[in-house]
Amino acid sequence: MLDTVKEFASEFFVTGDPLILGAQVSIALALVAIVFVLTYFKKWRWLWTEWLTTVDHKKIGIMYIICSILMLFRGGVDALLMRVQLAVPNLEFLHADHYNAIFTTHGVIMILFMAMPLMFGLFNIIVPLQLGARDVAFPFLNSLSFWLFFAGAMLFNLSFVIGGSPDAGWLAYPPLSGIEGSPGVGQDFYIWGIQISGIGSLASGINFVVTILKMRAPGMKLMKMPMFSWSVLASSVTIMFAFPILTVTLFLLFLDRYLGAHFFTVDAGGNPMMYLNLIWMWGHPEVYIVILPAFGIFSEVVATFSKKKIFGYKSMVFALMSISFFSFFTWAHHFFTMGSGANVNAFFAVTTMIIAIPTGVKVFNWLFTMYRGKLSFPTPMLWAVAFIPCFVVGGMTGVMLSVAPADFQFHNSYFLIAHFHQVLIGGVVFGYFAGLYYWWPKMFGFKLHEGLGKWAFWFWNIGFYVCFMPQYALGLMGMTRRFNEYNFDMGWQPLNVVSTVGAFLMGIAFIFQVWQIAHSIRFLKKDNSGDNWGQGRTLEWSTASPAPFYNFARIPQVVAQDDWWEKQQRRERGEAEPAEVAAAEAAPLEPIHMPKNSGIPIIMSGFWFLAGFGFVWDWKWMIVLGLAGVAVTMLARSFNYNDDYYVPVEEIERIEAAAARGAN
Amino acid sequence: MRPVFRKLSALLSVAFLLVLSGCSEQYLVLDPKGPIASAQKDLILITALICAVIAIPVFAITAVIVWRYRDRPNRKASYKPEWEHSTKLELTWWGIPIIAIAILAIVTVNYTYKLEPSVAIESEKEPIEIQVTSLDWKWLFTYPEQGIATVNYFKMPVDTPVRFKLTSDMTMNSFWIPNLGGQLYTMSGMAMTLHLMADEEGSYYGSGANFTGLHFAQMTFTADVTSQDEFDAWVNEVKTTEEELTEAGVEQLKMKGSHQVAQYSSFPDNLFYDIMLQYVEEGETGAHAHHMSSEDSGQDASSEHNH
Repeated sequence: MLDTVKEFASEFFVTGDPLILGAQVSIALALVAIVFVLTYFKKWRWLWTEWLTTVDHKKIGIMYIICSILMLFRGGVDALLMRVQLAVPNLEFLHADHYNAIFTTHGVIMILFMAMPLMFGLFNIIVPLQLGARDVAFPFLNSLSFWLFFAGAMLFNLSFVIGGSPDAGWLAYPPLSGIEGSPGVGQDFYIWGIQISGIGSLASGINFVVTILKMRAPGMKLMKMPMFSWSVLASSVTIMFAFPILTVTLFLLFLDRYLGAHFFTVDAGGNPMMYLNLIWMWGHPEVYIVILPAFGIFSEVVATFSKKKIFGYKSMVFALMSISFFSFFTWAHHFFTMGSGANVNAFFAVTTMIIAIPTGVKVFNWLFTMYRGKLSFPTPMLWAVAFIPCFVVGGMTGVMLSVAPADFQFHNSYFLIAHFHQVLIGGVVFGYFAGLYYWWPKMFGFKLHEGLGKWAFWFWNIGFYVCFMPQYALGLMGMTRRFNEYNFDMGWQPLNVVSTVGAFLMGIAFIFQVWQIAHSIRFLKKDNSGDNWGQGRTLEWSTASPAPFYNFARIPQVVAQDDWWEKQQRRERGEAEPAEVAAAEAAPLEPIHMPKNSGIPIIMSGFWFLAGFGFVWDWKWMIVLGLAGVAVTMLARSFNYNDDYYVPVEEIERIEAAAARGAN
Repeated sequence: MRPVFRKLSALLSVAFLLVLSGCSEQYLVLDPKGPIASAQKDLILITALICAVIAIPVFAITAVIVWRYRDRPNRKASYKPEWEHSTKLELTWWGIPIIAIAILAIVTVNYTYKLEPSVAIESEKEPIEIQVTSLDWKWLFTYPEQGIATVNYFKMPVDTPVRFKLTSDMTMNSFWIPNLGGQLYTMSGMAMTLHLMADEEGSYYGSGANFTGLHFAQMTFTADVTSQDEFDAWVNEVKTTEEELTEAGVEQLKMKGSHQVAQYSSFPDNLFYDIMLQYVEEGETGAHAHHMSSEDSGQDASSEHNH
């Protein structure tokens, strides 16, 4: 009996590595601590009613952001471990299997469990406010999306301490990721972690497309919509078309592994090249899914802190939508070296280059938004300005990579690694940081400490260049990605050491940010007035900070592209409001129709987690239990007709009056 | 804000200098030893130049705008908060990238056909064939004409085009010798063709460039380029002094693990195509069989497989 338990435990838990043992112990301690604190302060009920069951887009957004910051920490530690290993030739710090697992989880976590939730967090918090709406189109589905993401992320992260991490690269090419190449359960954690959170992403994409198309305030024509909302539309449409491909691809890989099918195997007529095509048909649009909202954020931030209208609005909209469209026609540039022939390579080289055109136009438009503006440089603007040169270099090296015959020399080298980190950090991360700093007061009613933010900014920026510029050179020196060690005589060490130093500078920057948040919470200066930067342009700044749960007491009547800014201008000039605006503002308050909280999303996602965990270990009873639970919770939701309520006028008046007092 | 750009440009120029000075030996990609690598280097420099022509003015414009329009008391620069559109300007910056990309596209398409790896290199000499098999985790080289085999090491004569035939035992790898030219994937069930040529003698570094699992980092090899005479002498020496690669030896090589450099005086008949077609069942018309035939029919009739 004891032996069977022992045997099971040694297979179930990852054992024999002090680093992982430390992680296991600290996870257990953290869990105990969380349970203790919640019980001691009697916060369980509060947690359940205020957060876990909420359908409020603002709270869901905050939960997304908390998760993404935790994931940034995990992915960042992975990166630092890798950089330590590579700083010295033939170092025996991480063994090959451990290193392979770490670069795999680093990639998956940073893209799918850090960038995506940070993006959805910002979508959630800002889009309804910017549109003058009271919530997203499908608040219940929105909550379900979050919990599915959470279940998937937890399942994926669990593989670190239970069963073993996936180690076939972040896109898991077969045959390596097939059952023969990766017999362990790590790859199953990969499939189910991504699969479950992927359902959530797809649902979010649909949710935001509908929200943007159907829930804009009266008067907000599409061509008067703020740029961030446009970028969310472009990104969400891309999600709608791209994520089903991912789901199908991973499902086929699952069939190969679980039922012995032969979609991507080398034998019995399977075709691994098909997997490469399919995964990149999702994977390439995916990088545009995360970068497009960053473009939207830059547009908002640059216009706000230039005190000037965004330049070339129509061009910007056209550029966003054309990038979204073209992103579906470039996937094969990820494997020019697969020998598809000159016709195919030439086609995909040219389609890839075409994307540089609208992207370049956007850069010029941001520059000319600043031109003849009145620029101030608080932290959001710093990130936006630092983004421009960084992204231009990243884009240019991207163009160099798109030159198919030259790519034969760049492919899978550190040149490629440097390129995509430059666009993903310099573009996506800088962009989301800009957005986070910019909208932080909107979320919480206080700004983050500027001084610490500047320290973080400089450490991030200098660290970035110190880390990744040498990697371009390393690529040209022939250093290939995913090497866990190299010989001293290659001459790669000096630049690797520089790169590692840069990575640690970024690690310090992250510590500054954590400090900054903690410090700002401790010494916060509450400012509920709404327009925290004093020069906001769009509707989110017209309501209190943080916004009341119903967002707007009266749905605003929109007349201009930068509606809030124009309103302030009219006020300054002492002009009267246009008739329709005056009428909307004078209208009596009406009861507000709101969705009720629901525990079903978190419970259903818990069952998804069970089903996924069951599939990973092939425990049939758990699979059945999990899927049955999913079905039952769906039915429960379908027959629940009591899912909405009205906020009475008296309560609205009370909340508005309190907000007005807070502002003064 | 100026310090940002000063630091940026300093860093960038340091990086650029590193790369330029790196036309020294360590920068394998920029130190071509054959016509393919040389053409690819030219292409890299052309595209870098086109990119720089656009990027550098953008940096300058950014720096000037950020500096000139910063908010400060008594500034002279104008402030026009409503200025949001100018057809002339916008046409200009739709036009500039379109022209640059058009030029680049023409160059790229041109070179894509010229440098297509399956196209033979023009030369007075007949090409020799080297068959390359990626195994977990070592490279097997077989010489169908000379009848010898090597592991993680091979020799080729200078100024002679080499037709590499690439396949894999299972996992997908990528065969890359940066000094001689770009890489190509090795895939099970297929014989990919990569033509390379060296025009200078020397020892060149090669590696697998696509991740294949545990000991992927051990999949490096050396490509020795020598004179034809030295090459012939080496072939003779291997034939007379080394042991045979037997069927049992092949099974050993197929087992997962890294491997020392090795040379063999002979190898089992048709080894390369047997490995390539090992998963294809008799009479099958699946993807692999199809690709194999299309791969062979287009490029070289000389390949002597007779499956």
